[in-house]
Amino acid sequence: MRIGISAVQGAFAEHEKILDQLDIEYIELRKEEDLNTPIDGLILPGGESTVQGKLLKELNMFEPMKKKIQKGLPVLATCAGLILLAERLSNDDNSYFATMPVTVRRNAYGRQLGSFHTQADFGNLGDIPMTFIRAPYIDTARKDVEVLARVDGNIVGAAYKNQIGISFHPELDSDVRIHKMFLDKIVLSH
Amino acid sequence: MNNERYVLNKELAQMLKGGVIMDVTTPEQAKIAQAAGACAVMALERIPADIRAAGGVARMSDPKMIRGIQEAVTIPVMAKCRIGHFVEAQLLEVIEIDYIDESEVLSPADDIYHIDKTKFKVPFVCGAKDLGEALRRINEGASMIRTKGEPGTGDIVQAVSHMRKMNSQIARIISMREDELFDEAKNLQVPYDLVVYVHDNGRLPVVNFAAGGVATPADAALMMQLGAEGVFVGSGIFKSGNPEKRANAIVKAVTNYQDAKMIAELSEDLGEAMVGINAQEIEILMAERGK
Repeated sequence: MRIGISAVQGAFAEHEKILDQLDIEYIELRKEEDLNTPIDGLILPGGESTVQGKLLKELNMFEPMKKKIQKGLPVLATCAGLILLAERLSNDDNSYFATMPVTVRRNAYGRQLGSFHTQADFGNLGDIPMTFIRAPYIDTARKDVEVLARVDGNIVGAAYKNQIGISFHPELDSDVRIHKMFLDKIVLSH
Repeated sequence: MNNERYVLNKELAQMLKGGVIMDVTTPEQAKIAQAAGACAVMALERIPADIRAAGGVARMSDPKMIRGIQEAVTIPVMAKCRIGHFVEAQLLEVIEIDYIDESEVLSPADDIYHIDKTKFKVPFVCGAKDLGEALRRINEGASMIRTKGEPGTGDIVQAVSHMRKMNSQIARIISMREDELFDEAKNLQVPYDLVVYVHDNGRLPVVNFAAGGVATPADAALMMQLGAEGVFVGSGIFKSGNPEKRANAIVKAVTNYQDAKMIAELSEDLGEAMVGINAQEIEILMAERGK
């Protein structure tokens, strides 16, 4: 199994560290040619969504990546990654892959002073540590989207077909259960 | 500041990695920077090259001007306060800046003491030209470090020497026996536990960016290949012939810093780079401020 990690900007090294722990092979995706290597799953890391969206487009990675997602490539998207997956953004006219039928609010908790750490239930995994950094959350989700987690009533984790979108950063905490859940999804897809 | 807040502040810097932070002086410039792919902007009244030209005392920017920039963009906004000027820092915290740069680019307000950054909730980035300075700033509460370089010159030589110095000092500590770390802490004038961290992890405990003198895509890639985790560009962009194009090119060069072919293409037709001043020709070495 080989995971592709979008590495145009942001906290991709933190995801790599977790995959190292789980002994999973991965490659960094920085330019068009990198997408020629076969991958079984894709990670869209945290960072700045405007920067990542723009770079993916201008480096000609956007369309091939979108096609892979539409064809069912399992995706784990955290924070900025969730923004890239969202069909719509409630406070921004841009949208990116738009493969997940959810409306996401960018910077939903305000500026850095609004960043926080908490714990909450996530799917059937039980309590998970959650780090929110200038994080988004999901305002509305279509009925066929599975809500995985809520914090203060807001949706912070959701799954739709091959995609898992999370507004916090599991890659910043030592808990690897969400990454394992993603890897299970890949095994099931085969 | 409790430890959880400090960790969150270090983590914001982690999200900026692989990105370019650009100096801007107006909301219009901030929008250009965001559209060009800046991962954050540094709001300031005058960019370092103009501060040099104008001389006199350089202070924190007008909060209203910073607010204007905060309203213009959705990416994080940073702003500078003078070294040791904790009231300027308090004002920046009140307007909810995302990161404070306690910066040698402005005139120092205190010739001995830096700000006790542990008293703040907002994160701080500080400049350093060697490992001792970096670890002292971290001990005072900085959650991100950047090389000092020599701001406003367009001359990369100082940033290179600061990054190389830090790297070689880290390499030395990694190779030390554990019983030698006590003496190294004494030599560097830093707390022992931070030296142990560097010894065990082979890196600073916070994100480390390059700054001061970056003017071209190749400069940015040079700093990345030397181990920077991202790049600040100050005067280099809005003092050049075609800011938009240059900003775009620098952003891509940071992502693909090992791809010489791509950087060569990015470097074509960028127009005039900032004129630049040789770091040896200038009277004030800003990097000597705040050790």
